[in-house]
Amino acid sequence: MAKKQLYYEDVEVGTEVTPVEKVASSQMLVKWAGASGDFNPLHYEDTFAESQGVGSPIVHGALKRAWLGHLMTAWIGDEGFLKKFSCQYRGMDYPRKMASMMAPAEGETWLCKGKVTNKFVEDDQHVVECEIWVENGQGEKTVPGSATVILPSRS
Amino acid sequence: MTEAGIPEEVAAMIGTMTEPTIMEVERGAIRRYADAIDDSNPLFRDAEYAKNSRYGEVICPPGFFGWPLKGGGLEQMMGMLMPAMMKTGLFRILDGGIDYEFFLPIRAGDVLTSWGKIADIREREGKSGKMLFTTMEQTYLNQNGDLVAKSRATIIAR
Repeated sequence: MAKKQLYYEDVEVGTEVTPVEKVASSQMLVKWAGASGDFNPLHYEDTFAESQGVGSPIVHGALKRAWLGHLMTAWIGDEGFLKKFSCQYRGMDYPRKMASMMAPAEGETWLCKGKVTNKFVEDDQHVVECEIWVENGQGEKTVPGSATVILPSRS
Repeated sequence: MTEAGIPEEVAAMIGTMTEPTIMEVERGAIRRYADAIDDSNPLFRDAEYAKNSRYGEVICPPGFFGWPLKGGGLEQMMGMLMPAMMKTGLFRILDGGIDYEFFLPIRAGDVLTSWGKIADIREREGKSGKMLFTTMEQTYLNQNGDLVAKSRATIIAR
């Protein structure tokens, strides 16, 4: 299962972070609740979600944040280190229903994306800064953020 | 009301620290987390692969510090804030976002000590009226007493 390693010299300002596709389904939200320990009914109960002014259960902000974590760790490879990471939950996202026990219904697909905004060497560390975001099915950035990574160098 | 426009009893909570929480980082919990987000990275699930990596052990995806995620003082801080927030009439609570800084990798088997601090509470005028933004800081140390991560989470009450 050899993975490709990204090096500092491979990226320039404007380089795209390899996108990661995600499908939020009601099942994924259940799995996330269990795995994270976040049992806020905002994410599974219609009447509570309604009372909170979001209409119906919404995707956890922290789940979308974890997607962005996946985006970055997959891109920087085993030798890269994620140093800083931040995101803001700006837009609501609503999960797909399930079509069967295992498969989500047809519907919205989310894309985690990013691009390099800066690179520099500081204290012998090869630092790369990125703008990152989650994009919904309409192309809207519902979770903008940023990340700072340290990459290995070929030099 | 304070200068920032927030009730005194809410303002009084700024600076409050939580009790430290101890969290054991388990391989199984890391794997369930990776499964839940559809992340197949072997560093988070394959002990053999991880053993041969620079880490020598399965590591945590960023933002995972053991189960439950809100163990690092976040739940305690919410518990302290909620009664005061309710009195302001702002009972719709939303997660606003988070900033992390990581210092060291977190491996399965690590035992983390974490605590939280209510760093700031301020009022802002939003589209739907008054909103309270609370910033909560969390600090995580490993079993060697080394700083592994810090975070700043924003909770919005509206």
